[in-house]
Amino acid sequence: MWLTRPFRERATRLFLGILLAALALVTLLNLAVPAGHPLHVSTYTVTLLGKYLSYALLAVAVDLVWGYLGILSLGHGAFFALGGYAMGMYLMRQIGDRGTYGDPVLPDFMVFLDWDSLPWYWLGFDMAWFAFLMVLLAPGLLALVFGFLAFRSRVTGVYLSIITQAMTFALMLAFFRNEMGFGGNNGLTDFRELLGFDLRSDATRLGLFLATGIALALGYVLCRAIVASKLGRVSVACRDAEARTRFLGYRVERFQLFVFVVSAMLAGLAGALYVPQVGIINPSEFSPIFSIEVVLWVALGGRATLYGAVIGALLVNYAKTVFTGVMPDAWLFALGGMFVLVTVFLPKGIAGLLRLRPWRRAGTSQPTAGEAAT
Amino acid sequence: MNFLQSLADRERVFDFLAPAASPVDVRHGPILYLEDVSVSFDGFKAIDALNLTIDDGELRCIIGPNGAGKTTMMDIITGKTRPDAGSAWFGSRHDLLTMNEPEIASLGIGRKFQKPTVFEALTVFENLELAMAADKRILPTLTARLTGEVCERIEEVLATIGLIELRQAPAGILSHGQKQWLEIGMLLMQRPRLLLVDEPVAGMTEQEMERTAELLTGLAGKGKQSVVVVEHDMGFVRSIARTVTVLHQGSVLAEGSMERVASDPKVVEVYLGVEGEVA
Repeated sequence: MWLTRPFRERATRLFLGILLAALALVTLLNLAVPAGHPLHVSTYTVTLLGKYLSYALLAVAVDLVWGYLGILSLGHGAFFALGGYAMGMYLMRQIGDRGTYGDPVLPDFMVFLDWDSLPWYWLGFDMAWFAFLMVLLAPGLLALVFGFLAFRSRVTGVYLSIITQAMTFALMLAFFRNEMGFGGNNGLTDFRELLGFDLRSDATRLGLFLATGIALALGYVLCRAIVASKLGRVSVACRDAEARTRFLGYRVERFQLFVFVVSAMLAGLAGALYVPQVGIINPSEFSPIFSIEVVLWVALGGRATLYGAVIGALLVNYAKTVFTGVMPDAWLFALGGMFVLVTVFLPKGIAGLLRLRPWRRAGTSQPTAGEAAT
Repeated sequence: MNFLQSLADRERVFDFLAPAASPVDVRHGPILYLEDVSVSFDGFKAIDALNLTIDDGELRCIIGPNGAGKTTMMDIITGKTRPDAGSAWFGSRHDLLTMNEPEIASLGIGRKFQKPTVFEALTVFENLELAMAADKRILPTLTARLTGEVCERIEEVLATIGLIELRQAPAGILSHGQKQWLEIGMLLMQRPRLLLVDEPVAGMTEQEMERTAELLTGLAGKGKQSVVVVEHDMGFVRSIARTVTVLHQGSVLAEGSMERVASDPKVVEVYLGVEGEVA
């Protein structure tokens, strides 16, 4: 079975082992070590780590299309945010009549705007299964339509990157508008509970952290399975010599579309796990800068390795938390500096240092030096 | 209800899913027919009323000065360029002008480009694996497994192109000649009926050239492939050619054995004359 193939790879087993051990360790330190003890991990930290893990899943999704398919998407934040909004809409409906205005159906911002009924696209979001389905379908559908148009017209390279930026920027402007019905610039917030669990309780927060970690593990295995399959090798072929791949009889645009949609759905899932942990979703997640930052995580961690994307996302975001605490103004300089240093001294990113190779068959999926520079 | 049942019938192949490819009909001899083909770019006639017939199993060399339309001709056969006029048939059943590039490729026309383009990040083995004739839709590709049959076929081609020892090497580290052979091997994996080979020995050493000549002459034959070679190197053409076609300004100037073509005064004037001075 193609899906179980990654479990036979040593590097994947190592990655999963480390991830699961880290999840178990954090759980233990949070539950079994009394507060005040130096080894205690506070619930605040657990939630912070959960946020990092959802970012890591987003980075894996970006690495799948950028590293293995050669499509530099600068708009993956849009898929992340759409997944987040789908989750946010479900959480809003769960508030029920406990909102400030006490309306049993309408979220507060709609009452405030004097709306008398739910817009049609809010229907169904009171049902968890429907909302969770939308978490995958909404970003997937956007990627399908966008990718179909872009890949069919053979838009690639820089032009595609620019269009993805335009896409996420356009969505940001749209979601800022109150008439769109997504809470305008305040977004969706004031969440109470998820599947009946109180979002403010410590147990729920730990549960969300663990769920995010497991989602990251599953997403990683899915991506590895794709990459290690013949389809993964076709993707690498599309990345390095698109015209040649077409001549071999592969419909390049369909392969691009398939991988792009899978990646967008993973990004949506990451967004859905992010929202209940940070407690808010607003249009700033659509901002073009955020999508570019995600690409930086992947570049820093090491492109076309998947685990590099995870390392990059965790490291950069940890650094961001530390830096914005100590010297808030210096953060962007630090990020820029890190990027320059890694590009100059570690062209294959941090993963290049580790020399881990999930594929023993001689560095097959590494982009060539020229490719990495673009 | 009947309609629903017919939808659920898994044996059924919908018309739009059925492969366009059906066996190439070569009962009448020729595998490739180009008739009165013309194409012009911005008023420049790259191909001008070109007629060309390649027989099944033939090894044909095509020569001609720069700008004679050799590459454009290849582009038309493979569906990259649409001619303004004329017809192009593969066997006597398939009209190449109604098909796109992947369809023509899956029909059994393989093309080797002038510059070797192999997938440098993949191994020699993986390059051949991707090139193999197989179901190239998304899900079959995702779930494809390396069966013994597939491996056997790959090993067979590895032996033909002489790269057995390098099967696990990334294609990026191969020498220029080895890349050319790998690319020919990739074409062979598709079990083509017609091979179009563009300047195979450009930039090769003497030894590599000899090896390539052996490889190409071994490939052509009845029931195997037909091979069309476009080449500049007259020594190489002399060593492999049975029939030579000379192109000039987009149409056929002369056709026949190497000796006959070489003694044709028109040919000497436009092409061989220059070479003759050098030699």
